[in-house]
Amino acid sequence: MLAWPGYAEDGSTDPAVDWVTPFEQQTGCQVTVKTFATSAEAVQLFSTGEYDVVSASGDASLRLVYGDRVQPVNTSLAPNYADIFPELKDKPWNSVAGTNYGIPHGRGANLLLYNTAAFPTAPTSWKDMWDPASPAKGKISPYDDGIYIADAAVYLMSTRPELGIKNPYALDRTQFDAAVELVRQQKPLVAEYWADVVKQGQGLASGTVTQSQGWQLTANLANGESGTSVATTKPVEGATGWSDTWMIKKDSPNVNCAYLWLNHVVSPQVNAQIAEYFGEAPANQKSCALTTNKEHCAVFHAEETDFWSNVYYWTTPVENCVDGRTDVKCVPYDEWARTWSELRST
Amino acid sequence: MTTVRTRGTVAPSGRRVAALLHRAPRLRLAGLLAPALLWLVLLYLVPLGLLLATAFFDTDSFTGRITYEFTTENVVDVLTTPAYLLTVARTVGVAVGVTLLCVLLALPLAVYTALVSRRPGLLVALVLTPLWASYLVKVYAWRILLAPEGPLGGASPGYGWFAVIVTLTYLWLPYMVLPLHAGLTSMRGSYLEAAADLGARPWTAFRTVVLPVLAPAVAAGSVFTFSLSLGDYITVQLVGGTGQMLGNLVYQNFSTDLPFAAAVAVLPLIVMAAYLLTIRRTGALDRL
Repeated sequence: MLAWPGYAEDGSTDPAVDWVTPFEQQTGCQVTVKTFATSAEAVQLFSTGEYDVVSASGDASLRLVYGDRVQPVNTSLAPNYADIFPELKDKPWNSVAGTNYGIPHGRGANLLLYNTAAFPTAPTSWKDMWDPASPAKGKISPYDDGIYIADAAVYLMSTRPELGIKNPYALDRTQFDAAVELVRQQKPLVAEYWADVVKQGQGLASGTVTQSQGWQLTANLANGESGTSVATTKPVEGATGWSDTWMIKKDSPNVNCAYLWLNHVVSPQVNAQIAEYFGEAPANQKSCALTTNKEHCAVFHAEETDFWSNVYYWTTPVENCVDGRTDVKCVPYDEWARTWSELRST
Repeated sequence: MTTVRTRGTVAPSGRRVAALLHRAPRLRLAGLLAPALLWLVLLYLVPLGLLLATAFFDTDSFTGRITYEFTTENVVDVLTTPAYLLTVARTVGVAVGVTLLCVLLALPLAVYTALVSRRPGLLVALVLTPLWASYLVKVYAWRILLAPEGPLGGASPGYGWFAVIVTLTYLWLPYMVLPLHAGLTSMRGSYLEAAADLGARPWTAFRTVVLPVLAPAVAAGSVFTFSLSLGDYITVQLVGGTGQMLGNLVYQNFSTDLPFAAAVAVLPLIVMAAYLLTIRRTGALDRL
């Protein structure tokens, strides 16, 4: 299987963190886990046909569906599907024309990570990541992927409302150019770009990087058992985020094991474990009662619909604007990727 | 034929094959070359051809699947975008820097191990020991060592191109020491004494005896250090700050846009071909 780091732990990262081995013992299915760092990498690896299941974010799931890489999923074969938050079901990133292509796994926001020694009071805005006069100048670390242009768009939504951005993944030419210009201006502030959570966490903990966009998981890994050097916050402007879906390969020879895994991963207990380990909101409503830290669902706002109103789940940008506008053409993802490469090369 | 006849244990069929091969030297040659040629063609030339061909295809912007329609768009884009050409220049700069630094460090070391030391075998083994450790572990060690807040403190150059060159030099140094050591070992003892006996002054001895041995050795070592640096993309991610090399461009794009990545991958091929041709013109490769 192909998974985001932290989604399918088999004890190799930390012997105490393991929900793959119990699955193997209960079902007799053999699991090999390969992790990936970006959605682009997930799509590429899954396209090799080597993997039966994948945890796909919204900017990968539709590409897998339209690329004819995955099969429809009969949700009634995964009994735990019934307990999943209704607001995660039948969404544009997991269903196409009424057909379901996967099981929702959980969701989260790409947070602002910061070094607590450099910033004793929590920043409330993404300003320090974008402002040329930032106190974190030379010590910030953005995500190394074209989809990061959407983070610039989220910031522009509140700082330049005249651009009229409604959805950071539906950018027409003018809006796209403004977002790219912002990322270009950001470059002198950057210490390094990150795609590897270990490197990012090490940079944040050592102080080489003091502000970064990333995941709760990175802060947890960097802090280890008792550290407090890295903290997270969701800034007022909102954030990009993810709502992930487990999907099954089109002609998978191991369909039974794949369905068993999909059901296992969203079972109340396991979904709670993953949500706590990765630092995200679980998909299963019953998981909230089973987390070790009883506050987990409150901290990650699993049950608050309001919190998610300014979290923009990763979506693949396409020419037919995903915000529904029909009078303009939007910039499609391949151009986002190409622009990112060029920007990183200058 | 005599060997076959004296060995009574060879089966009659084996004897017939041997006889056939003896009578047909071309067949013998073909038989000997076939495995190597097959290897070269199947695992080297065919993929290279596929890579070149892929560069001229297009991708579906949404699914990332290749559409097999001929287009020169990617190749033209790669060859005309200043940012990509700048990346070529930077990458070549790093490879040249690493090679020069390796020569500078390896030369005195190899002179000592090959000409002076009484335990050359032990010393060469010691030079090779870093190769036993994992690449990633070594680069992470340099990342921690060179961190602006790291053990070097204010003396650290920080992450950037200098850090990349230093780290890669550390990684590839053994590949320069080995050929230099092997080259210089052939001169051990008698060569220099003979030159002195024949009345050569030190400079003349260096020019006519040492240099002809040294030049091909340096060339051989530089092919390693230059090509390994040219293709590296992990070191620059860990200690290069915001910089990136040609390999990163390929890595960034091969998942979303394989034809474009293939077009980028042609650039180091051109650089390497130019490099090997230049070296060949100096005649250094002939004496390897």
